[in-house]
Amino acid sequence: MIGLRKQKKLTCRELVELVTEYFEGTLSRRDRARFEAHLGACTNCTHYVAQFRETVRLTGTLDESDVSPEAAEALLAQFAEWKREQA
Amino acid sequence: MQTASRTDESALVAALRAGDERAFMELVQAYSPGMRRLALTFVRTPAVADDVVQESWLGVLRGLDRFEGRSSLKTWIYRIVANVARTRAVREARSAPFSSFAGDDEASVDPERFIADGHWASPVEPWQAVLDAEARDVIDRAIAALPEQQRQVIELRDVQGWPSDEVCNVLELSETNQRVLLHRARSKVRAALDEYLGANR
Repeated sequence: MIGLRKQKKLTCRELVELVTEYFEGTLSRRDRARFEAHLGACTNCTHYVAQFRETVRLTGTLDESDVSPEAAEALLAQFAEWKREQA
Repeated sequence: MQTASRTDESALVAALRAGDERAFMELVQAYSPGMRRLALTFVRTPAVADDVVQESWLGVLRGLDRFEGRSSLKTWIYRIVANVARTRAVREARSAPFSSFAGDDEASVDPERFIADGHWASPVEPWQAVLDAEARDVIDRAIAALPEQQRQVIELRDVQGWPSDEVCNVLELSETNQRVLLHRARSKVRAALDEYLGANR
């Protein structure tokens, strides 16, 4: 009967597949509740999710290099060329 | 990197059309580094990525009249980069084939780490403070080793910080597909960091 059947608990192995969906907020309300219930009772998965969050943060700190002077010069020349085309 | 507001953008586009060199160079400084990183998720050699960026800018200038503001200028430019890079990647693959066909249904965590009932076989150790500079090297290498689409999604989402709808637009992916690719990419980068940190524990 609906409402009486006990919800199946998430296993650790299932949880690790859902972390991005959890972060993105795309889990159904039910799955989100199962996810959080599992986290509340499982230190290993809590550590795992913390690692995952740290991974996303660290990935966001990768450097973007500046435009090299040579590349900038080439693009300026290209721009001038395009302007001539337009005229 | 912030996205200019729509009004700023139309002013910028108007300046470009009018041939304003400074407006062009501002845009180049703001977007070229990210464009180059995106190009490098399609093509392998830095020199080819530089070509892609240059060719893309020419495409941007020549296509300005077709820009209608339905997407942000940045998204529109990145779509041009993706198209140019895709074409170049095909050519590059013909001359120097490389394979990145890692199986596409891998688990987020090595199945060996779990026991039969789905619980962890051994404790997951929390990471101690990570040295960012060293971690960045590990992440760079892990991303370079990813299958192409995973590399593209994590580059735009996590390295460059784009929202998912714009990533889907640039890479022509469904939301669901994008999320799956992102999750696989992040899982592998996490595993690489864990391995690196584990070796130092």
